[in-house]
Amino acid sequence: MLPALPLDEAGKYVAAAYLVFVALLLIYVAIMASKLSKIEREVVELAELVESRDDAAATPPARTKQTVA
Amino acid sequence: MLTAAFALVFFYAPLDADQGFVQKIFYLHVPMAIVALVGFVAGGIFAALHLHSGESKWDMRSYVTIHISVILAVGVLITGSIWARASWGHWWVWDEPMLVSFLIVFLLYATYWPLRFSIEDKEKQSRYASVFAVVAGAFVPLNFAAVRMAETFTHPPTGSTVTTAPEKVTLTLLMALLGMSLLFVTLCKYEMASKHATFRLRALRRRLAGDDDELSLTGRSAAPQL
Repeated sequence: MLPALPLDEAGKYVAAAYLVFVALLLIYVAIMASKLSKIEREVVELAELVESRDDAAATPPARTKQTVA
Repeated sequence: MLTAAFALVFFYAPLDADQGFVQKIFYLHVPMAIVALVGFVAGGIFAALHLHSGESKWDMRSYVTIHISVILAVGVLITGSIWARASWGHWWVWDEPMLVSFLIVFLLYATYWPLRFSIEDKEKQSRYASVFAVVAGAFVPLNFAAVRMAETFTHPPTGSTVTTAPEKVTLTLLMALLGMSLLFVTLCKYEMASKHATFRLRALRRRLAGDDDELSLTGRSAAPQL
């Protein structure tokens, strides 16, 4: 084992280690946030689809002219 | 909790007599390693429950637990490497059993996703992945025990590096361990909620689009099906 590093030298290594941890956490959260926004987009898309279906169901079909013999 | 633990690391825990300030990495590296290894074992237990009950929720739990553990394992390898450079003057030491064994465990679990992705049939995929998780989960404690038996002077086991004020060090380490465990559980719950939402949406989309479109909407995926 090497002798203990001076504080200014050791500080760089300690900061690097803790920054790696924070970076990993941030990357994970960013990926999850992008997935969440994708889910949100899909929810909006599905809600619009359901609304358009409901509208189509509520509109009465056009009457056809009946011919009298 | 983790922030409080890190505050203790820098303002409460004493400086190590041998390593000095570099030893502060210990409070990040060791809890991360312990939680990652426990996560792998937990993934194996969930997989065993999946094989026993056949319920897909256990497969999902096993999948998510292993996923988060692998992310922590990446952190363990990188922080361990930084610590090794500061303490030993080398980024990696190949004749050190603890480092190499952890790398082997990491590489073993890195094959989990290719294994899942290579199997198209969802039922077979979850079954084979569960068998893998059980076997790999059993390997983790065996590996740990083997390393403990072969310990060397270059990488003393956890807790033995400290010579001054062990109660302060122990308290700080326990806080860091608790914080890391809570972070692990939170991330698992977060990912599980995301997966549940995705599958519910897919199911809804299938219902709206009609069952004919099922194949085109699901596609091939390594993630378990609920």
